[in-house]
Amino acid sequence: MITGEDVDHIGWLASIKVAEEEKEGFVALFNSVLDYFHQLDELDTEDVEPTYRVVDLTNVFREDVVTESISQEESLRNAPRRENGYFKSPRIV
Amino acid sequence: MAEKDVIIGLEVHVQLNKLNSKLFCGCSTRYHDAPPNTHTCPVCLGLPGTLPVLNRGAVEYAIRVALALNCDIQGETLFYRKNYYYPDLPKAFQITQYDFPIGLGGKILIKGDDGEEKTIRITRVHMEEDPGRLVHAGTIDRAKYTMVDYNRCGMALLEVVTEPDLRSPKEARSFLDKLRNILEYLDVFDGDLEGAMRIDSNISLVGGERAEVKNISSHKGVEKALAYEITRQRSARRRGVAQVQETRHYDELRGITVTIRTKEEAHDYRYFPEPDLVPMRIADWVPRVEAELPELPDAKRERFVSEYGIADDHAKSLTSEIRVANFYELVAKRASPRLAAVMVADVLKGELNYRDATIDDFSPDHMVEILDMLENGKITDKGAVEVIRTILDHGGDPAGVVEAKGLVKVEDDAVKEAVRAAVKECAQAVADYRSGNEKSINFIVGQVMKKTRGRADPGEANRLVKEALDEM
Repeated sequence: MITGEDVDHIGWLASIKVAEEEKEGFVALFNSVLDYFHQLDELDTEDVEPTYRVVDLTNVFREDVVTESISQEESLRNAPRRENGYFKSPRIV
Repeated sequence: MAEKDVIIGLEVHVQLNKLNSKLFCGCSTRYHDAPPNTHTCPVCLGLPGTLPVLNRGAVEYAIRVALALNCDIQGETLFYRKNYYYPDLPKAFQITQYDFPIGLGGKILIKGDDGEEKTIRITRVHMEEDPGRLVHAGTIDRAKYTMVDYNRCGMALLEVVTEPDLRSPKEARSFLDKLRNILEYLDVFDGDLEGAMRIDSNISLVGGERAEVKNISSHKGVEKALAYEITRQRSARRRGVAQVQETRHYDELRGITVTIRTKEEAHDYRYFPEPDLVPMRIADWVPRVEAELPELPDAKRERFVSEYGIADDHAKSLTSEIRVANFYELVAKRASPRLAAVMVADVLKGELNYRDATIDDFSPDHMVEILDMLENGKITDKGAVEVIRTILDHGGDPAGVVEAKGLVKVEDDAVKEAVRAAVKECAQAVADYRSGNEKSINFIVGQVMKKTRGRADPGEANRLVKEALDEM
């Protein structure tokens, strides 16, 4: 069962602020999604190997060859703030 | 000094910086002197809709390292997403390994604090992408804002995790020196490049909780950071303050560790298998990579002892850096191997170290020439050292330096003449020697060296003085 505290924690992890009045709605939504998936618990998976992906591909590589990078200007084009060629971010920690 | 109550484990991040391109995109790895954000592309900037494609060379290098560290290679290995929100990761997750890392359960031999060989167990070796580089305006706990350079982002990293087998900062340093040496032998790593090796450590006192000290940015910084942290934990214990499990940041400028806000401690990384990359099945690569592994430091050391008949200490010193080992072998094939071992291990290495120079700053041809002159008795040991120093400081070639500085060993006749004169002049010392004070001979030998301006062989001069005195 997802609680209000879980919603706060998930919101914090995602850096999304969840307002107090929104919280209850999210609790219900999360729980309905989980309930839906809980139907899978009815299956007996005792002898089934875990599946990590649905396509049966392995060993897809590129060779160690350099390709052209984009320019500094291009790299910073979407940055809201920049300084001397760096992306500028709020203080962290 | 081994401190029995200190427990240290390391997580070492090693850049596979000898690769040409990054782990998941074709951006060049040679960004070290470049302006920020000039070695990026939509993949390593984490732009929406881009897909990573794994560098085959990185997997090859990773297998090489894991094998050299005596790990078991996992036949099938996977990438995961490690989710966390921090500006050094533009995707807000790092592609790394979790379950099924490429290598498990290895070991490295180091020289322990008691001087004996000691086994440090390797828990695992895994591949991951390097985050970008953060430049803090000021120190990390006081900065007003942070600047980000993604040139480094997406470089292929290996994380090497040890068991808590280290007992002192010195052992930690010794482990890192050995690891670096092995990586350079494997030709996957250049330890001189900035940020090539970065270390996180877990450190505790017996009976206490551990602190994780992050951001140790060099193998040289590790001793200082760990020594500080041990002192800090000891003094907290003396004051009755219990160590809590926490993450601390090493501030290299101030030489201290500072605690990092603990809210993030709920390490909630939500690992899950990376859906954009398929698994690697590499079991059949292993025999070939293993067969192609170069000779590693411990094996080379043993071979130097048996092949060149040199002392184990010299062999160890000569093999502690691949470039020095190669230099020595080049020289040993063309001159006396034993003399070469003494001159390279005991003299040249020290002189280079003193000048912050590397072995590439000295020509093997010059070393061969010096060794020949030494062996033919043209110069003395002292003269050879002088030649090496002069070439390092002012350039030139051995023959020229010997000529210009007048280092040619004085002919025996001239030495004999100097001995005769010295014995004559030092009546008091001669009398002392006669009355049983054998040490007074040193004074007379000193006079001989002075008269020949140091160009006599001291052992030879000693013998001649003794002979002269005994004949009187």
